Amino acid sequence: MLRFLLGRLGQSLILLFIVSLIGFSVLLLAPGGPMSQFALTPGISKAELDKIAAQMGLDRPILVQYADWLWGLVRGDWGNSFRDGRPVLEIIGGHLFATLLLMGSSTVIAVGLGTWIGIKGAVKRYSMFDYAATVGAMIALSIPTFWFGLVSIYIFSLRLGWLPAGNMFTIGDQTVLDYLHHLIMPSMVLALVNVAIWSRYMRTATLEVINQDFVKTARAKGLSPRRVLMKHVVGNALIPMITLAGLQLPTLLGGALVTETVFTWPGMGRLFLDSLGYSDYPVIMGLLMFSAILVIIGNLAADLITAFVDPRIRLA
Amino acid sequence: MEDPVLVVENLTIALPKEMDRAHAVENVSFELRGGRVLCIVGESGSGKSVTANAIMGLLPSTLTIASGSIRLRGRELLSLSGQDRRGIYGRIVSIIFQDPLSALNPLMTVGDQIIEVMDAHPEAAPQDRRGRVIELLTEVGLPDPKLMAEQYPFRLSGGQRQRVMIAMALALDPDVLIADEPTTALDVTTQAQILELIHRLQRRKRMAVMFITHDFGVVADIADHVIVMEKGHLVEQGPASEVLVRPRAPYTVRLLAAVPKMHDGTGRVGDPDAPVVLSIENLTKTYHASGSLFGKIREVRAVDDVSFTVRKGETVGVVGESGSGKSTLGRLVMKLIDSDSGRIVFDGEDVAPMPEAQFRSRRPHIQMVFQDPFASLNPRHTIGRILTVGPVGRGTPIGEARQRAMHLLDRVGLQPSAYERYPHEFSGGQRQRVGIARALMFDPHLLIADEAVSALDVSIQAQILELLDEIQRETRIAMVFITHDLRVASQICDQVAVMQSGRLVEFGSTADVLGNPGTPYTRSLVAAVPGAGRASN
Repeated sequence: MLRFLLGRLGQSLILLFIVSLIGFSVLLLAPGGPMSQFALTPGISKAELDKIAAQMGLDRPILVQYADWLWGLVRGDWGNSFRDGRPVLEIIGGHLFATLLLMGSSTVIAVGLGTWIGIKGAVKRYSMFDYAATVGAMIALSIPTFWFGLVSIYIFSLRLGWLPAGNMFTIGDQTVLDYLHHLIMPSMVLALVNVAIWSRYMRTATLEVINQDFVKTARAKGLSPRRVLMKHVVGNALIPMITLAGLQLPTLLGGALVTETVFTWPGMGRLFLDSLGYSDYPVIMGLLMFSAILVIIGNLAADLITAFVDPRIRLA
Repeated sequence: MEDPVLVVENLTIALPKEMDRAHAVENVSFELRGGRVLCIVGESGSGKSVTANAIMGLLPSTLTIASGSIRLRGRELLSLSGQDRRGIYGRIVSIIFQDPLSALNPLMTVGDQIIEVMDAHPEAAPQDRRGRVIELLTEVGLPDPKLMAEQYPFRLSGGQRQRVMIAMALALDPDVLIADEPTTALDVTTQAQILELIHRLQRRKRMAVMFITHDFGVVADIADHVIVMEKGHLVEQGPASEVLVRPRAPYTVRLLAAVPKMHDGTGRVGDPDAPVVLSIENLTKTYHASGSLFGKIREVRAVDDVSFTVRKGETVGVVGESGSGKSTLGRLVMKLIDSDSGRIVFDGEDVAPMPEAQFRSRRPHIQMVFQDPFASLNPRHTIGRILTVGPVGRGTPIGEARQRAMHLLDRVGLQPSAYERYPHEFSGGQRQRVGIARALMFDPHLLIADEAVSALDVSIQAQILELLDEIQRETRIAMVFITHDLRVASQICDQVAVMQSGRLVEFGSTADVLGNPGTPYTRSLVAAVPGAGRASN
């Protein structure tokens, strides 16, 4: 087990290094850059620009900049924002809660709803429910998240006035209920695609298990249909889904970027887009590395959980 | 004679409309008496498993009981509510299935799965359920029952899992045990042990057993009463002694005639002067399996220092239990996997060290017939394409390949129209004929048949064996026939090689090896052949 964990840790470090390399190179290739906004200031001189660049450390060779940044990353000093000079980690930390809240609640919705729809569709295969779920999933997968977000704002905020159109809370009213009220629409919108994906996979996984002999054995024992379904079918069908949950993390992060922008949600997604606008490279790189770490941890957790619940992996 | 515990009357089960026949089972009536073993015999599609599933309420939703009655201890099962029926399953009647590898939930320990039956019927279960589990596991002959109860199924062998299934089925001392081909997926020696176990428990508990099988050897071993089913109809029933010795229905006569029996092998003697086609010398293959996450490496000698020769026109049978290395041997000769050491001399050349590029030109001369006729033909290709794609790929003009394919289709007994059709339009036996024709397209010198008839019903099995025999007489092809079934081997092989845990323990003429086994292992294999006691006379 220890060997496995150490191996995975080594792989992850290499992966993170490659991600950082790609991220850094892409930013180098991007037009503009952090100096472009200063360059447009009327009457600014070349000397002044060089001074600003030197302050931000941009006058050094690229490789030195990268090595310096990487060494900081390892030490836990992720650099300072070009925009307001605050430490990157502090900025990300300030936006972390909002994103985790949104991702967490939308995951709960996606897994709960998707699992239920998938099982029901498999148990009642080719029923009206199953067809409706199939068509529904296709529609959900074809609608872009931002469009769905805008339409729900139009309907539920502008027309019906039931839900707030954006932000995480009402200033001056930061109760739990207020948070929840603000959370409903973004988390549903973000969950939609994942409900669709999850329910399709869950349906297939359930169908694969439901005709297995051990399900027949369970029925032949005289167990109630509910017990057969929950204990024998769902238990076995969920195992491949754990891996899927790990794999869906990047989708979720990507979706959060769009959703947070549409709903002006103060999370990492919006921070990323804002930082792009300002060419705030340290923050962008920080967010990139942070997401990569999150995805790696998520997949590792999925593997560990699979090993924990499946004796064939745990004990073999 | 005891009263019948289970009475099935005029049972008719409808098939979905689009099927080729209207009923899976039609007007079937029989009764099962306490303390007796009733065998239901029939080939695939005869409706024997459907009948068992109907009794246990396990029919798939596409099959519906159209009419008839199933009475257990005088209670009509078909008019009971779902909940009342569930009160009976697992307690008064229980079932064990064919494939023990998939019949247990992989995520629950053996003990928990047995306790689950007792929890489902608390009124009939003893107070000390853990204790009862240990008692049951001891009763079915599992070693170290306390430890066994804590094991997950994947740790157990097929035979051990079938014992767990039996323990589970017997947990509440049911009146009726339905056994649906419980030994078909097991090795001969394991099969004999499980049969013996069921028989012993049945006598001790005075339980009624409904035993479904396609194997008349098994019937001869355990049945009191026999029912023969064909295409959903009951064609004959009577005491085992009657049906086996004086069958009345023509179908039973045919089935019995097709049952492979242990031959003395006298019919076949290879020509000792024929040229050697294949000579295997000290062939060895070791698999390295990493033991666990902690990285213990296990070595498995799949093929261990094996040597024998195959001559032109001769069939060498390779027999042994699963895990004995016989399939690995076949794959080594095909060079589908590389050997570790030893020589494979084919047509006078050692092909073992040859790189694939060099060996490729010899591939056409070694061909294979596979076990599963459903998986070994590409479902999206026509039979014609399946037959011709190989030769055409090697430069044979399509017209010539087509001509040869037509000739071979005729030779294996298929219509020329088969050329344009797809595999799914054919039965298992017909597909195996296609598989044989495909292997013969290249005019090979050596044919390797890996369990080529194992997946087929007995009557089809007999036909395919006969076809292989005819083809061999005509073409003088050399054949390696890998099988777990000694009866099949005794029919078709000139020489037999017996393998055990990778080693060749005995090699010689079929008559010698099977008629007068020289090693304890071969003796135990021969003794375990179902029906060996009665079928020989």
